[in-house]
Amino acid sequence: MQVSLDINGASVALDLDARTTLLDALRNHAGLTGSKKGCDHGQCGACTVMVNGRRINSCLTLAVMHEDDEITTVEGLAEGNTLSPLQRAFISHDGFQCGYCTPGQLCSATAMLDEAAKGWPSNVTADLENATPLTDEEISERMSGNICRCSCYPGIVEAIREAADAPAQKTGAEA
Amino acid sequence: MTNELTLDKKADTRRLDEMAQGLLGTPMDRPEGVLKVTGKAIYADEERPSNLAYGYLVRATGPIGRIVSTNKDEIAKMPGVVAVIEEADLPRNSVQGATPTAAPTRGDRIDYIGQPLALVVADGFEEARHAAQAMTAVMEADTGLHFDPEAPGASIETPEAKQASQGDLDAAMASAAFTLDEEYHTSSMHSAAMEPHATIAEWKDGKLTMRGAYQMLKFNQKSVSDALDLDLSQIRLLSPFVGGGFGSKLGIAPEAIAAALASKAVGRPVSVAMHRRQVFETTTHRSATKQKVRLAADKDGKLIGVGHDNLVYNLPGEKFSEPTTQATPFTYAGENRVIGHHIARLHRPAAGSVRAPGEAVGATVFEMAMDEMAEKLDLDPIEFRVRNIPDLDPSKGIPFSENRMEAVLRDGAERFGWKHTKPKQRLEDGWWIGTGVAAAVRVNMMSETSARVRLTQDGAVVETDMTDIGTGTYAILTQVAGELLGLPANRVETRLGDSDFPKAFGSGGSVGASSSGTAVYLACMELRQNIAAALGVEETDLTLKDGRAISGNVAKPLTEIVPGEGWSATGTVKGGKAGSLVRQATWGSCFAEVAVNAVTGETRVRRMLGSFAAGRILNEKTAKSQCIGGMTWGLGMALHEELVHDPRDGHMVNRDLAEYHVPANLDVPQIEAHLLMEDRDDWANPVQAKGIGELGISGTGAAVINAIYNACGVRIRSLPGTLDKILAELP
Repeated sequence: MQVSLDINGASVALDLDARTTLLDALRNHAGLTGSKKGCDHGQCGACTVMVNGRRINSCLTLAVMHEDDEITTVEGLAEGNTLSPLQRAFISHDGFQCGYCTPGQLCSATAMLDEAAKGWPSNVTADLENATPLTDEEISERMSGNICRCSCYPGIVEAIREAADAPAQKTGAEA
Repeated sequence: MTNELTLDKKADTRRLDEMAQGLLGTPMDRPEGVLKVTGKAIYADEERPSNLAYGYLVRATGPIGRIVSTNKDEIAKMPGVVAVIEEADLPRNSVQGATPTAAPTRGDRIDYIGQPLALVVADGFEEARHAAQAMTAVMEADTGLHFDPEAPGASIETPEAKQASQGDLDAAMASAAFTLDEEYHTSSMHSAAMEPHATIAEWKDGKLTMRGAYQMLKFNQKSVSDALDLDLSQIRLLSPFVGGGFGSKLGIAPEAIAAALASKAVGRPVSVAMHRRQVFETTTHRSATKQKVRLAADKDGKLIGVGHDNLVYNLPGEKFSEPTTQATPFTYAGENRVIGHHIARLHRPAAGSVRAPGEAVGATVFEMAMDEMAEKLDLDPIEFRVRNIPDLDPSKGIPFSENRMEAVLRDGAERFGWKHTKPKQRLEDGWWIGTGVAAAVRVNMMSETSARVRLTQDGAVVETDMTDIGTGTYAILTQVAGELLGLPANRVETRLGDSDFPKAFGSGGSVGASSSGTAVYLACMELRQNIAAALGVEETDLTLKDGRAISGNVAKPLTEIVPGEGWSATGTVKGGKAGSLVRQATWGSCFAEVAVNAVTGETRVRRMLGSFAAGRILNEKTAKSQCIGGMTWGLGMALHEELVHDPRDGHMVNRDLAEYHVPANLDVPQIEAHLLMEDRDDWANPVQAKGIGELGISGTGAAVINAIYNACGVRIRSLPGTLDKILAELP
């Protein structure tokens, strides 16, 4: 069936089998293989993309459900050739090795910083009434839906902490 | 030009320490990093040639036995289906590592549940998957099969070449002041690399191109050649980026041959990406082990006897068996020694190499036993280990190339703030807190490897079929070439993962960095000779830095020295007598602080720190990441990872990432890895570097288990140390 998707600000018209997941639409039909298939089951997080600013597992949703949604993939995180602060920090802190989970980690982290900035609690948040600082434990908990088998978790946490602490970030850690 | 070296003796110079570029060893960012963070690195299943068809493997659901018939004809009529590849020469399972032949084939049999029965090819992925899931077979079940290594009647092999004995261990055990005789178990484990195995196969003019997730192209190309009866010249493999391997991609997996067969049958490029559950079942996993450790020590804590016996398993017809005791013959002293190795033949999915085959489970269990023995002796476990560092390899009587065990134990202890304490001393807020230590040890190997370096006026290009599976190959080969040729990293381009390039051993066995690094070194030394000759000076008098050649009063940019067409040199290194004249190994220590919940028995690792020595470190950042990754695998082995096999039919019960638990972010503290940066091993190769990719898992999990004992007094002898095993014995 005909579907029009808004991916990274561009409108993309696709003719899809109704069973096509958003992930397979991106990888097999839209030419965007940055989003990765690690399990096709919502278990690993490698396929994480942002839909209307929220992070989701793109393998667990059908493409036809996203006709009017704004979809952001790893290919949409940089502005031209300028990497986002998270992308830069992942490189300098070696927040990846093989790189296969990295697109999902980056989309997840981008959305996660926004969630934290809005004051959304996590499973390890002790105080639901007052703003909680984004500790290493908070970052780790909020990123635990993204598996990294190379096990670069310490570098991932450092990279996110650095990006979160960077001033004048549009993710708005101070907002 | 070629420059060949067989490693028959100790290197007599450390030329890399004389270089001026200052690039090697630095924590340089990965040169391919930008591609990886922008989604532009192209992995196995990501090229999309026109007219691409999709294949989906059909899973045999059992029973095990002879295939009588299938509903292939019905499946072929389903919407979108182009072909059903149901052939006797479909591979049964992955090829074992460093094996230049094809895998056993399906024939008319299913040997384990989950084996590929067929491949369905369709225009669309969804159509292929749907049809594949509808395919069934009528089977004639075998009887008398075994699924559990310890079940009565299981067929157990005890190959003579894999047993060893010296002195009289029984007598030593009888006379020793202190002894330990315990049985340990480790679970089956899976590599579970993030990228599922995949291949896109395409035939053009009689030539087959396969873009896939492969670790060792030289061997993989030969396996394809053997499976499909093709000349090597007809096969091109491309693996520029591999989404993790950890042993599971050493040998090609069943999807590769299936894709090639399908592409030929349908005359179109075919993509076959295995589902995560198919990866678990059809690629090789680490066998569970049963290990018996015997230790005998005199009253001063000197070991006089060491016994290490183990039982592992594999499918009939598989040559590999987990070399559990690989490091036991040389790690600790003791004149009376026995090694035993037994293999059960089971109809479970095939076992094979997983990161640090042997030491990962063997050294880990041995380090658990060493902790128990230290307690019997009332010794600090570090002191006990140090007292038993042998002067010579106690089994072969040959010297060590270097032994850094004490150095890494002392370094780690100081950084961690190690204090030897009695168990059950700290109960804080409902958690028992404890610390543990373990040593890590992994054999070091070299294998024949070539690389080509082209030097032009623009810079240097390194080419080899070596892969980067996350290990940092792009970074380190860039650094070796840049250091020797006096070029900044941005003037060196490293191209990997193309079988048309000079052949490397590949990524496996911690062989890659040292072997490929040496091949690049040899090629660059040849190019340095060219530069020196052009300047009319001796190569040893040449300083190359930032694209300039300096010798005495002469300084010239390389652009004025290198001819327009450039120079090309190929370096080839071969393993030689240096591998048998001395014992070569890498050394590590690991320290952990854990909290065990006093009510539930749940263990959380609060701190983990390691210190490692592996000769020259080529990139401090990527080497540390390898160690941190390995230590996390140790943590996973200690606490989480357990493949469960159904004792009734051998099938893998928890064959996905929801049920097979690998460490997630919150399971892992901010692990620290420290490297002995000044270490050099002259016996290893002229780069003085050894492998580091597997050292981090080779014993470190024991630090967690030993810390659990220190915290709450519960000895775990069966991994993983899940809460059910702790709960019953909690104080």
